[in-house]
Amino acid sequence: MTAPTTTPTTAHHHEERLWWHFFTFSTDHKVIGIQYLVTSFLFYFIGGSLAGVIRTELATPASDVVSPELYNQLFTVHATVMIFLWIVPAGAAFGNYLIPLMIGAKDMAFPALNAIAFWLIPPGGILLMSSFLVGAPQAGWTSYPPLSLLTGKPGEFIWILSLLMLGTSSILGAINFMVTIWKMRIPRMDIHSMPLFCWAMIATSALILLSTPVLAGALILLAFDLMAGTSFFNPAGGGDPIVYQHMFWFYSHPAVYIMILPFFGALSEILPVHARKPIFGYRAIAYSSLIISFLGLIVWAHHMFTSGVPGWLRMFFMITTMIIAVPTGIKIFGWLGTLWGGKISFTTPMLFGMGLISAFLIGGLTGVMVASVPFDIHVHDTYFIVAHLHYVLFGGSVLGIFAATYHWFPKMTGRMYNEFWGRVHFALTFIGLNLTFMPMHELGLLGMNRRVAMYDPQFQNLNLICSFGTLLLAISTFPFIINMAWSWLKGPQAADNPWGALTLEWQTSSPPPIENFDEPPVMTSGPYDYGLGGKKADFSFLKPKPRAMAASAEK
Amino acid sequence: MNIPSNILTLVAGILLTAVSLWYGQNHGLLPVQASEQAAQVDGLFNMMMTIATGLFIIVQGCLIFVAIKYRRRAGDNGDGSPNNGNIPLEIFWTAIPAAIVLMISIYSFEVYSQMGGLDPMASMGHKTPSQVLAQNGESTSEMSMSGMVAMDNHRGSIALGLGATPANENKPPAVLVKVLGLQYAWTFTYAGTDVVSGELHLPVGEDAQLDIAAQDVLHAFWLPEFRIKQDAIPGRETELRFTPNRLGEYPVICAELCGAYHGVMVTKLYVETPEQYQSWLDAQQVAQAAEPKTPQQVAVDVSKLSSNQYLQPYAQELGITPEMLQHMDHHQHHDQYSEQHNS
Amino acid sequence: MQSPALNSTSTLNISSETAAHSEHPDLRMTGMAFFLVAESMIFLGLFAAFLITRSMVAVWQPEGSEVEILLPGINTIILISSSFVMNRGATAIKKNDEAGLRFWFGLTALMGSIFLGGQAYEYLHTPFGLTTSIFGSFFYVLTGFHGLHVTFGLMLILMVLWRSRKTGHYSEHKHFGVEAAELYWHFVDVVWIILFILVYLL
Ligand code: HEA
Ligand code: HEA
Ligand code: CUA
Ligand SMILES: [Cu+2]
Repeated sequence: MTAPTTTPTTAHHHEERLWWHFFTFSTDHKVIGIQYLVTSFLFYFIGGSLAGVIRTELATPASDVVSPELYNQLFTVHATVMIFLWIVPAGAAFGNYLIPLMIGAKDMAFPALNAIAFWLIPPGGILLMSSFLVGAPQAGWTSYPPLSLLTGKPGEFIWILSLLMLGTSSILGAINFMVTIWKMRIPRMDIHSMPLFCWAMIATSALILLSTPVLAGALILLAFDLMAGTSFFNPAGGGDPIVYQHMFWFYSHPAVYIMILPFFGALSEILPVHARKPIFGYRAIAYSSLIISFLGLIVWAHHMFTSGVPGWLRMFFMITTMIIAVPTGIKIFGWLGTLWGGKISFTTPMLFGMGLISAFLIGGLTGVMVASVPFDIHVHDTYFIVAHLHYVLFGGSVLGIFAATYHWFPKMTGRMYNEFWGRVHFALTFIGLNLTFMPMHELGLLGMNRRVAMYDPQFQNLNLICSFGTLLLAISTFPFIINMAWSWLKGPQAADNPWGALTLEWQTSSPPPIENFDEPPVMTSGPYDYGLGGKKADFSFLKPKPRAMAASAEK
Repeated sequence: MNIPSNILTLVAGILLTAVSLWYGQNHGLLPVQASEQAAQVDGLFNMMMTIATGLFIIVQGCLIFVAIKYRRRAGDNGDGSPNNGNIPLEIFWTAIPAAIVLMISIYSFEVYSQMGGLDPMASMGHKTPSQVLAQNGESTSEMSMSGMVAMDNHRGSIALGLGATPANENKPPAVLVKVLGLQYAWTFTYAGTDVVSGELHLPVGEDAQLDIAAQDVLHAFWLPEFRIKQDAIPGRETELRFTPNRLGEYPVICAELCGAYHGVMVTKLYVETPEQYQSWLDAQQVAQAAEPKTPQQVAVDVSKLSSNQYLQPYAQELGITPEMLQHMDHHQHHDQYSEQHNS
Repeated sequence: MQSPALNSTSTLNISSETAAHSEHPDLRMTGMAFFLVAESMIFLGLFAAFLITRSMVAVWQPEGSEVEILLPGINTIILISSSFVMNRGATAIKKNDEAGLRFWFGLTALMGSIFLGGQAYEYLHTPFGLTTSIFGSFFYVLTGFHGLHVTFGLMLILMVLWRSRKTGHYSEHKHFGVEAAELYWHFVDVVWIILFILVYLL
């Protein structure tokens, strides 16, 4: 009854994919997906190294490692890299790799457009990094005028150009995702038997299409102010800097959901597989993505509670923001319901998945706190916000990327990763993350403002803990990098469906042939029909390593 | 469901509530409260902290529980239960968070209006920015932003910041201070006097209003011990109104990135007895009558200091000392400036 | 990185891969529609910035920043009519009338060029510059950004004309290029109407 899984790999008579295909203008969505993923990981290490310098500087109260100007450049580029070159492209990576496979299509709707979207990213990223040669942008990733018009002009202009390229890439990708999911599902797959990852990508793409262009508009006006001497946002010439803030956040708030929804989607795929249970509340989880998208478009001014927003409007944005806790809660509780009564194996993807729920929860709860205007007035622009944003972005998106990378690694490479080192990676990451970002809550509440290279010596001890945590995070990446590189080249051959999963991408070979399926795939069950006599997982690869099992038992 | 599990649930619920309530009151994460508003904000925070602790324990507790109870035993390759939904349960966990956030919203609304956030009169009748600047500085023409175009007058009627608390509505404040933020210092002009100073003095127990303006870029005026903050926006005037109720020295921090030396844009707020305050003000007035200053002259431009000069006081104490600001006179300022240019 | 050998194989890949895509129905118009959603959001953002700034600034159009209305008015009429003219071309090809397509699209291209020429003339004769006032800045950036879109639309039309010189390139069943150019042109038109009201009439 589970015929497709047992199709021998040798039956595929396709040309071998060669390593250098990954460096060409390939239009195969699988190549593009891997190109995206590897590129974004490279930028993660760059962004993380910048964070390493930031934390080294902050280990002591004085500004002794880098100059204050350089410090501002560091966190500006750190955030820009992490957001626009790491999380957003990583979301596109999984979208590209998985969507056609999951819906049984041969490729994306517009393969060439897809390749163009990818090839905008490396030049955009290199352009951004090159700004260090002329003085990188110093006005924070928010780049508020008038400051951004006054400091580091060349760097600022490079920042704008780079963001315009990356934004275009993101829009082209979103068009592709939308059309592909909308129109290219295999006939038997109706919208309610589509994997939840696809739902999440619809919600994400809708946000990208509606919000990214507004950022582009803001950047164009900012560029005119910067280079042509206009004063759209410059009060010296009659412009209004607050208008920029509105336009910026009209993109950048939805952007946080652009950065989390794909990984929420991935989590909804990963948990059922490794817990051997159907997803709990399919429709609720599917629709909540759309609700989050919609609400995400009308809450942007919660970043401006101490800025030029009148009192009553602050109240409006407070309430809409808080409501987002409801659809997000539906997801969190749905996942807990999925785990409840399952048979959970603590594979690396599962550990990262549970870690995501645990860490994102903290970020979400502080998010609701800062949505409360009177409280946000106190903590706005302090380390409390830095803590919030890293808990949701690192604890949510980054852990999600790791979970997804491990989960689909056998599919993408045809090889199995090393489970033991995967778990070590998880343990170090999870401890490091909490050490790095937990103390920041207290720092912010006590009075440490963000974006400062020197601070009151009373805050030193907590800052030391943060810096120590960063060291752990840096160390944690080594088992990951080595595991991935080694397993990709030399790891044991992976079965076509090592997890016994039910979604279509597991019905083809690992890695899939050029047009994904040798014969049109058939849906023999819903995507999450575990416990209903579906496929069985093969956990034999877990057995030879009893040490690894012991490691998981303590979690 | 049998009775023991009911009892277990009950005990767990009571414990959960107790722990959350205790932690919500005893987290010890906030600095001292120096005003009535600070106490209100803390009350709100404690309530949110209680709820957050409860939710934290529930979710993390569930994660640990399922990790233990529902872990796959060795050799078992079967599937879990096929349970894939439960409508009443889903409605329950949609409704409860909705009720909670509604409650937090209402409480926040209440606190915000108690703090004066919804005072319709806030900023009413304020002057246009050029007038603001003219008041703060002796002459507008000297300033870098002299070309600032006046914004529409009716913009002044938009309330930005915190106005009078409901109790003080329609009453003029007891003390009015004009605050000007500029790279990288705060200066304070005391209304009704000629006093311009680099530090803020306020009498305890009296309703004070700060009219906040910025000369160059965005800054944010933050008093952590008062839990209040408002951006200083070039071209617009904002305000903060509050009543200090605790004597002492408090940091005044710039919270909005305003350039490389954003981190040292700090000064002090001295909350004093009305007598102390008055005598300080009188002393300043005498000094300034002999040598009048503009806010721009009072402010020391830290970016023009050498990095040693600049880091030395900083490493020991947060911020530039008030003495530095007071004693840094016009000439010295210019000398340093030309020094920079010559070297 | 690009040795000849690399190139040849990768093109091989592309052609074999793209060949397979002819199987699924032509989705390019759907893609175009999503693209225009994104495009409208840029304009929406810029218009919102325009309106908010306008409501904030005391002197919106200072002395010497007034715009003439006659020439842009004529221009507007030309641009709007061109949409109808173009539609006749698209209708023609749906009846396999290639000469009709060429004629009407040619006329549209002419009208579009007149519009751009009119705009250039207007730019040369406005009494204010890009940085004279905030109104002036918005005027040039909004109309200029729209002008770019008209230029792009014009290029699409010219491309259709160029391709239609080969008989049978467009037909009753195969006219994506025609439809896409038409949709884009209508979009540019609608944006102009809003822009005209905001910048010139308000
Ligand atoms: C992935 C990214 C991400 C995500 C998902 C979120 C999610 C949320 N964020 Fe966050 N946020 C950022 C990234 C993100 N944020 C960043 C980067 C910044 C700083 C930008 C900068 O200034 O540089 C920021 C800043 C920021 C601010 C501005 C703070 C300030 O500058 O003063 C606010 C204010 O409202 C806010 C609120 C929220 C809320 C309410 C959510 C909600 O979506 C969270 C919802 C989730 C939960 C609540 C947890 C699960 C729910 C339950 C268990 C149900 C029960 C819960 C309750 C009843 C409370 N965020
Ligand atoms: C997805 C987004 C993302 C991610 C993943 C991170 C990851 C990290 N961030 Fe970042 N951060 C932001 C988004 C993100 N950040 C944003 C949006 C801001 C706001 C910026 C602004 O104010 O404008 C910010 C700001 C910010 C600040 C505040 C700066 C300030 O306000 O002054 C700090 C300070 O500690 C910080 C630290 C870290 C650390 C330690 C990590 C770690 O998790 C990184 C761990 C990874 C590594 C360490 C890399 C792997 C290791 C190697 C390649 C080996 C070499 C390592 C070393 C040299 C140490 N970040
Ligand atoms: Cu002024 Cu920061
Ligand atoms: Cu937000």
